[in-house]
Amino acid sequence: MEDRLAAVHLCDYLEGSAARFPDRAAAADPDGTTLTYRELDERANRIAGFLIEKGVVPGDRVGLALPKNTSTLAAVFGILKARAAYIPVDWAGPVERLRTILSDCGVRALFVDSRRADLMTSAETVVVVGAGGAVPSQTFSWNDAIEHEPSIADTDARQSDDLAYILYTSGSTGVPKGVMLTHLNATSYVDWCSSVFAPDENDRFSSHAPFHFDLSILDIYVPIKHGASVYLISDELGKNPKDLAQFIAARRLTVWYSTPAILGLMAELGDLDRFDYSRLRLVLFAGEVFPVKQLRRLVSHWPAPVYYNLYGPTETNVCTFARIPGAIPEDRSEPYPIGWPCSHCEAMVLDFDGQIVDGEAEGLLYISGPPVFSGYWGRREESAAVFLERGGVRWYNTGDVVKLDRNDGFLFVGRKDRMVKRRGYRIELGEIESCLYRHPAVAGAAVIAEHHPETGVKIICYVATSGDTRPSIIGMKTFCNRELPAYMNPDVFLFVNELPRTSTNKVDYQALVRLRQSAPPESAKVPAG
Amino acid sequence: MENVKEEIRQYILAEFLPGETAANLQDDTPLRTSGVLDSVSTLRLVSFIEERFGLEVQAHEAGVENFDSIDSIAAFIKSKGGPAS
Repeated sequence: MEDRLAAVHLCDYLEGSAARFPDRAAAADPDGTTLTYRELDERANRIAGFLIEKGVVPGDRVGLALPKNTSTLAAVFGILKARAAYIPVDWAGPVERLRTILSDCGVRALFVDSRRADLMTSAETVVVVGAGGAVPSQTFSWNDAIEHEPSIADTDARQSDDLAYILYTSGSTGVPKGVMLTHLNATSYVDWCSSVFAPDENDRFSSHAPFHFDLSILDIYVPIKHGASVYLISDELGKNPKDLAQFIAARRLTVWYSTPAILGLMAELGDLDRFDYSRLRLVLFAGEVFPVKQLRRLVSHWPAPVYYNLYGPTETNVCTFARIPGAIPEDRSEPYPIGWPCSHCEAMVLDFDGQIVDGEAEGLLYISGPPVFSGYWGRREESAAVFLERGGVRWYNTGDVVKLDRNDGFLFVGRKDRMVKRRGYRIELGEIESCLYRHPAVAGAAVIAEHHPETGVKIICYVATSGDTRPSIIGMKTFCNRELPAYMNPDVFLFVNELPRTSTNKVDYQALVRLRQSAPPESAKVPAG
Repeated sequence: MENVKEEIRQYILAEFLPGETAANLQDDTPLRTSGVLDSVSTLRLVSFIEERFGLEVQAHEAGVENFDSIDSIAAFIKSKGGPAS
């Protein structure tokens, strides 16, 4: 089916909707502030004019260390209209990690929240957004950007393989790696969403995920493409199941998309029966496995919408999907499948010897086609290692082990490496180990993950200390909190005299798993009362 | 009564700090700003306090100002008409 709204660049979607629906609400903040399509487009043009005047040229990277709101959304489009790429980061994240990211991809300009003075020297041009805090004299204010003469980069020069954004994910060596995504990577996915979810200008989309998370691509660009409205949910609101439950009903949202974690919390603690959710027609979730017990509870409160499980790593965004059947049987406990490949990409499964899997055996899932990323920023070797040429086609190895069910599509089996997902975020356990080794009292560190069917993933750290005094667990948590994003902070610390090692002197993770299983977590608990 | 503080201490130790020595969790030890409690564990603690002390905690009340230490939590419970610590 021909997609009349198809685009070369992501900002084509905004420009198209601004022409068709200038006075409709494009985006809204939780406090009720809205921007119409005309306002959003004009503001983005001014920001682009500002950036171009400051020397930002096509292909440059521009950082965004801002809380999510309509201003930040305007900055996203302003950067794209300068034909630059945006680098969204967690504005409240640990300073060293953020500095590493911003210098890794060499941002030319940076939009930064006024509370983050510690990041204000990270680019040539710095725009400080928000009131309060001491603003260094060589920086610019938000008004400098949005009151600038509008001007955008030559629209005829837009190419579908221009870099659009870089999303940084956990790296196993302790340094985050930047996944480079082009306009085509994103538009192929957005156009697939159009064909499956049939949105129109009357839809009201949630935007729950932060912009540095790949779920935001659907949240932002699908509604903007169709002239619908996107309701931007702040960090604070997004974490609160009760307020969020009320928000979804009060704003009469029609499409919800998030990780399973917050949906599970809403089903458990959100008092969902207080409100009317009759407008909600689609509930989409992605990022990790949805525990069936929580999903069943959610469906019992929200029986009307259609549910989809979307699957895909940041490197491809969503590449397989499964529709969840209306009622979830009481006796079902196994998670739902990740389903069938989306029509904008191809999938194949290879066994661990590189042979195509025929039938229902396990193997690694490979994806090819327009949504597949172009590589990791500045990491030629690591990029080459995840691609495979076969039949003249470039395939991306997701690293996810799957098996095919002839009726339900692919089932997610697990990982062969040490990457886990928690609250939808990728975590390389090696990055946590690198952090622990920076602690002065740590002589050895090994991290394992436990999968709990009810509560999800728990991160367990085994720590061998140097010296006589053992640091407190609170001290370890405080240290990790300063160095790592909150979703990486370990759940359990266990101190050992020495880490178990294999005959080749590597950390013996299997021995740690056995050690953990032989000492159930209850034994570590302090007796209550 | 010291009971309120002690119950909160035991709950946090058991749920979020398995293996930690009780003496390390002082009444004024930072909880939110240190990473001992994150947003999800704070929700669990709030839910525990609501049930245990028969209170209703509004979302805006569950921030750092009321939930960053055992002291501040106990004071908050008292201000809501719960048992004084």
